[in-house]
Parts: sequence; structure tokens; C-alpha cells
Amino acid sequence: MTANVQLGEVVATQQQVEILSGNEAIARGAWEAGVKVAAAYPGTPSTEILETLAEYKDVHCEWAPNEKVAMEVGLGAAMAGGRALVCMKHVGLNVAADPFFSASYVGVEGGLVVVSADDPGMHSSQDEQDNRNYAKFARVPVLEPSDSGEAKEFAVAAYELSEQFDTPVLLRTTTRVSHSKSIVRLGERIPRPRVTELKRNWSKYTMMPVNALARHPLIEKRVRDLAEYAENCPFNRVEMGDPRVGIITSGVIYTYAREAVPEASFLKLGMSYPLPRRLVEDFRSRVERLFVVEELDPFIEEQIRLMGVQVDGGKELNTLLGELDARLIAQSLAKVGVPGVNQELLRDVAPARTDLPARPPTFCPGCPHRGIFVVLKKLRLFVAGDIGCYTMGALPPFNSVHCSTCMGASISMAHGMVKVLEPPEGADKLDPRKKPVAIIGDSTFYHSGITSLMNVAYNRGNTLNIIVDNSTTAMTGGQDHPGTGKTLMGEPSTSVDLPALCRALGIKRVTTIDPYNLEEIERVLREELEADEPSVVISKAPCVLMYRIRRPVYQIDPEKCIGCKRCLQAGCVALNLYTDSVGDRKVEILADQCNGCGICAQLCKEKAIARPETAEEEASR
Amino acid sequence: MTNRPTVSVLLTGVGGQGVVLASYVLSHVAMAEGYEVKQSEVHGMSQRGGSVTSHFRFGDRVWSPLCTPGTVDLLLGFEALEALRYLHWLRPGGKLVYNTLRINPSPVSAGLATYPQDVDAQIKAACPTAVPVDAHALAVKAGTGKAANVALLGAVSLWLPFARETWEAVIAKAVPPKTVEVNLAAFRLGAENGTVALGQEEL
Repeated sequence: MTANVQLGEVVATQQQVEILSGNEAIARGAWEAGVKVAAAYPGTPSTEILETLAEYKDVHCEWAPNEKVAMEVGLGAAMAGGRALVCMKHVGLNVAADPFFSASYVGVEGGLVVVSADDPGMHSSQDEQDNRNYAKFARVPVLEPSDSGEAKEFAVAAYELSEQFDTPVLLRTTTRVSHSKSIVRLGERIPRPRVTELKRNWSKYTMMPVNALARHPLIEKRVRDLAEYAENCPFNRVEMGDPRVGIITSGVIYTYAREAVPEASFLKLGMSYPLPRRLVEDFRSRVERLFVVEELDPFIEEQIRLMGVQVDGGKELNTLLGELDARLIAQSLAKVGVPGVNQELLRDVAPARTDLPARPPTFCPGCPHRGIFVVLKKLRLFVAGDIGCYTMGALPPFNSVHCSTCMGASISMAHGMVKVLEPPEGADKLDPRKKPVAIIGDSTFYHSGITSLMNVAYNRGNTLNIIVDNSTTAMTGGQDHPGTGKTLMGEPSTSVDLPALCRALGIKRVTTIDPYNLEEIERVLREELEADEPSVVISKAPCVLMYRIRRPVYQIDPEKCIGCKRCLQAGCVALNLYTDSVGDRKVEILADQCNGCGICAQLCKEKAIARPETAEEEASR
Repeated sequence: MTNRPTVSVLLTGVGGQGVVLASYVLSHVAMAEGYEVKQSEVHGMSQRGGSVTSHFRFGDRVWSPLCTPGTVDLLLGFEALEALRYLHWLRPGGKLVYNTLRINPSPVSAGLATYPQDVDAQIKAACPTAVPVDAHALAVKAGTGKAANVALLGAVSLWLPFARETWEAVIAKAVPPKTVEVNLAAFRLGAENGTVALGQEEL
């Protein structure tokens, strides 16, 4: 139980315990289950699963360019007979839905576990969809661990379940499972048979209609078999307490509900699809009032009501929106007269302060995206944004992202917009400044922007597409991708030639710019807007955070600063507005924050901002 | 083992201040002392200079990994405004220890909002027992301002029911090898400062 246990390098014993996050625990479980191949695309709150698993050198781990590719890599590995893990955030499963549904039809040889890390409350997401619905939709079982200990145990058991029932298994976490830490008992790695050749099973694995038609009834039978298994499976358990109150719940919500009504009776469902009818009916018969407590959708509640089982309180008590916690559950149950509610959670609390300045995330000092947004704002362009750090260009003072939906959508949506736009009455040509600009990061471009750009070229589009290439997947913490020349396992690899790729897709106008030079950015954007064909402008500079870049800091000469605040358009936390000794408002640069990008200096018309010459530079004169 | 109730600690600060490392230390110290621990934080958008919270709970049996408003026993603020923002999470009689450092949120840097200059007075008014600690100065005295998070841990260490040796052993493993001495020095300076400010009262 020490912090310096090297994962995968020790002979683990049952006594060994470690504090792990849910994500680290899933990685540990996959390793213990003998997983051979793991693939993912980074996405909060799922990212650390593969980062952790990659530290175990006996598992092949890879960042796929997107979740669909990751799912297919996992399905191929499982079809070949190896155990495979595929991880993604909730919206990633939308991207991977096509192979996910097919995986349900073809089944597996080696176990296949798909992790969906959902984000109720949208801490770092564009929606809060409840991916348990995918289990029912695709007819696969879904497991919901409530803490890290269960995350590991369920991950191991999911592989047995997958192979026993010939099905992929959805392991669904939420942010509060993935990013909460609790104590986990470590086990050993289970030896798996070596795969030396591919077996052929045409009718099972080739989903032409003739074979798929034969598979469908087997899939429906599998659901019935799984429901029967659920009656006595280790994932579902009854904890009888006060018989006046019965609560059916799952996932981390179980821990909140236990805290809200400590003495109640619980049916804790570790597997929330398919449900065990007899277990539910039996629990119903043992309690006076039955409540279903779950976050987001009434997924369990609807299944139970469809069984004809009476529910005395469900989604009408707890919101469909955002996250729950112990306090919200305690309050909702107290309102309908449930006895034994934890009184501490019912205490009146002062409302949150709404008068304090908010602290939203922002571009780091030195970030190469800053200058691009300074110019986009100046030119007053309509900007179709995408998913990444640069989405923060939507926030003040830039206010320069006007739509952002899903991965890769910037380029294709801007193309759709330009096909609608017409010149005003009497004009023969659209004002170039009215054309939409798409902005997308390198990792997002490789994820799903390539096909969009190919479409722009093929369908005779006319948009300006900016690829902000910072050589990493920055927002999720700096993961490698096909453009970085390095794999998740740390091996050197190929690196996409981005300008050549854009040309190969049919874009003739491809320009690479220095994002720290405002004059250059503006000149190139103006030129490309005037063009009567689509262009790509690549902003090429590495992420200062991930590549640990430190540049000499700038200073503001208080004698020259007139307090015009032009520099504040840089939206940089290194800039500080202050009142000097004679009461004048001026701006200073906080030396411990500044990372020397020089954007504020270029904005200053008084030439008050400069980088002091270093002793070396002076000496070289 | 006596029946020890769950203790809730909420850590609040700004991305990049070492809130996550401090949470790591707290949870490992509590585990080494034989408690069940749960700890929860949010990654992602919050890393880019945004507001950061970390929930830490320990006891004989801990259910939820989350603190809730009005139930926090100890609020550990790594930055003054972020301490003020979460004051309503304290239970009646709960303790607040905070770093007096001020970091501008991005709307303030952009000239679109102002930092409340009376932040310390506002904290004092709402929580008269609040303990301000100049953790940055203590860390600088120890050798580097980067150890302010560990100095702040030192300031509350005597107030939490964990042995000093356990704290120091966990810190020594948690920080980069080259910075062990400076972090331990920051922790001890924090503890000395905390002794004066907090007294040796335990939870």
C-alpha cells in the first residue's frame, strides 16, 4: 500500500490496496483480466484510462484518430480472440455507434468491453446524454460501478460476461466515478491463451443480410438470457434495512442515496440493463414504498414501470438535468415524507454568490491560439468553431466563436452556411467578409475534419478553414495523435504532413502562418477571404503547456502606458489593470504569469510594452 | 476501532495551484492512518486557469465522494476569491483556512470585471473564525513559491487527526525527488504558522 508501487511490475497479492481513480481502476481491471489490446480517443472524463493502461507494458495501447476507429480496432482484436478494451467519453459513442451496433450482432471470441464515461453536469462536454440508453438500443448489457473498487471488479467480471454471453459489454461511468478516488484491492493478471491464427466463422462475422437476419433472433435471446443471469448475478444486490423505504439505484448515485437515507432498504443494480424481473418484484413486495433514484434519464424507472411494478417516486422527484448529490436526494425524499432522511443534508444553506467575478477557463499565457482570435474579432468574421481549447475563443473578450456543436463540424457546417448565403439585392458578389470561417484544432481535424474538408473541395465550396496546429490534443491534457510523430506507448512513429494532406484532398490554397505575428495573420486571412475557392490556413506553433515552453517575459513602461486598455483585448491573465500612486489607471504585466508571446505588445499603440534585452543580447551588440 | 464520523474537506483554488497534489497527499495520509477515504475532482476545462475544486472525505465508512453545500467541516482555500466563492459550503462551526494570495480571473484581466478588493473583510464577516495564511510567503521562505500548496497543508496539519510522520512520509513520496527538502520545509513552516493561528484543536 505504498505510493511507489510500479503498476504491472510487481507480483500483486490480494492484500495489496491502492487509492485509485475510477479510470485508473478500470485500467487495472483490464490489465488483471488479461487484456491484450486497448484503443481510445481522448475525451474527458475518460482519458486517464488508456494513459494508465499504457504504463502496463504488456498491453498494446493506442490512441486512435477517433472513437469509431478505436471501436473497430477493439472489435477486430476481440474477433481474433484477444481481450480488448475500448474507451471514450459519452459523445464518443455517438461517433462509434456504427461499429458498436455491429459488434452487438457479431459478438466476440475474446471479451470486448466498451467504456463510456458520461458527463452529467457537462463539466467538459457539449451535452449530457445518458449512454445507458445505448445498451438497450444495441441490446448489450451495461454495468455501472459506484466507486473505484467496483470499477476494477466490474471491469474484470465484464470480460467473463462478454465471453459467456458472446456480447460486447458496456461499462458506463460518470464523471464522479471516473474522477473520484477510493481504495481498490489489487489482483494478479489472469493468463490468457496465446492467439496464433485467425479462425474463420463466415456466418457469424460477415454481416450480409442473410447472416444478419440469422443473428438478430440470437441477439434477442441473448437479452432474455442476460435478464435471467441478472436475477442472481454478483452485480445486483439487495440490502434490507427499514422496510418502509425501498430505493432502487445504480452507479455513484447509490453512494449519495446511502448517505441521504442511511437506514433505507436498497436494491443496488450493478447491471442496469437488462433488469431482473423477479428480483425487482421480490424487492417491491418487501418494502412499503418504492423509489427509483437515478441521474439524468429515468432509464431504470421506465424498465421497472414497464414490468407493471408500482413505483412511488422516480423522475418526478429528482431532476432530469445535471448532477445529483446526497443533498438533492435527501431533500426530494424528505418532501414526500420519507422517514430516516439525514437531517444534516436538510439544513438551510446560503445561496451561491452570483455577484463575484466568474473564473472561467481561459487561454494560457503564451498560447498560440490567442493571436488568431484577436484578429478574428478585429475582422468581425463569423466563426464556426469546433471542439478543443480554441472553443474558449467564444468567451469574452474575444466573443469570436459563433457556433460549436460536435467534433469536426466546423468545416462542414461552414460549408453548408456558404451554400445558403447569397449576395444582397443588386450586388453581384458576396462580401468576402461575410463568408464564414471554420476553425479546428489538429487533433480534431484528424478525428473527423478530414472528411469535411474533402467534402468542401469536392462540392466546390468556398470557405476559409483555419487549422490551429499545436501538435497535441491539448484540452484533454496533451495526448499524442497521428500528427505528433509519437505513439501512446512512447514509440517514434509517422507524422502526417498536414499541408500535403490538405492539398491531396483537393485544396489548392494552403498557407502556413506564425500565430504570434498579428500583422501576418491579418494579411493572410484577408487574402484568403478574397479567394473564390476554399483555402486552408495552418497556424503552426506548439502548445506552450504541453511542450513546457517558457519565453522571456515582457514589461510595460508605466511612463508610456496611457491606460487605453487596448492590450487587454489579448484576454491574458498576465495583464493587470491597477491604479498608480497618482490615481491613474494603468496596466502592468505580472512577471510570474507572462510567457512572452508578445501579442499585447503588438496591440499597444504607445509602444509601452517591450521585452527587456537580456544581458546576452546587450553583450552581443 | 471507535466509530469515527465522516469528515468533509473541500479544497478550492485556481487551475495550476497544486490543488490536485494537495488532495493526493491528504487522501494518502488518511489511508495510511487507517481511514476509508474518497476524493473527487474534475479535470478538463478547469485546468486552463479556471476555478478548481477537490472534495476529500475520510472516516470509518465513507459513502459519497462529494461534499455538499452546508456540510463541509474544513474549507481549504488556495486563493482568496475561491475561498469566498465556496463559503456557503461550510457547516455551522466549520473551519476555513485560506491562502491570502490573489489571482485575477480572466474577466478581471480583460478589464470586464473587478476583483473584490475587500475579499479578506468579506470572508471575515461571513466566517469570523477564518484563518488567513500567507502560504506563498511561507513557501518562498522555504525555498520556492511553488510549495505554497504544501505550506497550506502544513497550516491545517495539526488540526487534522494524522501523525506528523505520516504527513512527511507521504509528502516525500508525492513530490519530485529534487524538491522533497523544500516541500518538507514549507510544510513545517506552515505547521508552525498553523499552530499559532489555529491552536491544536482537532476535528
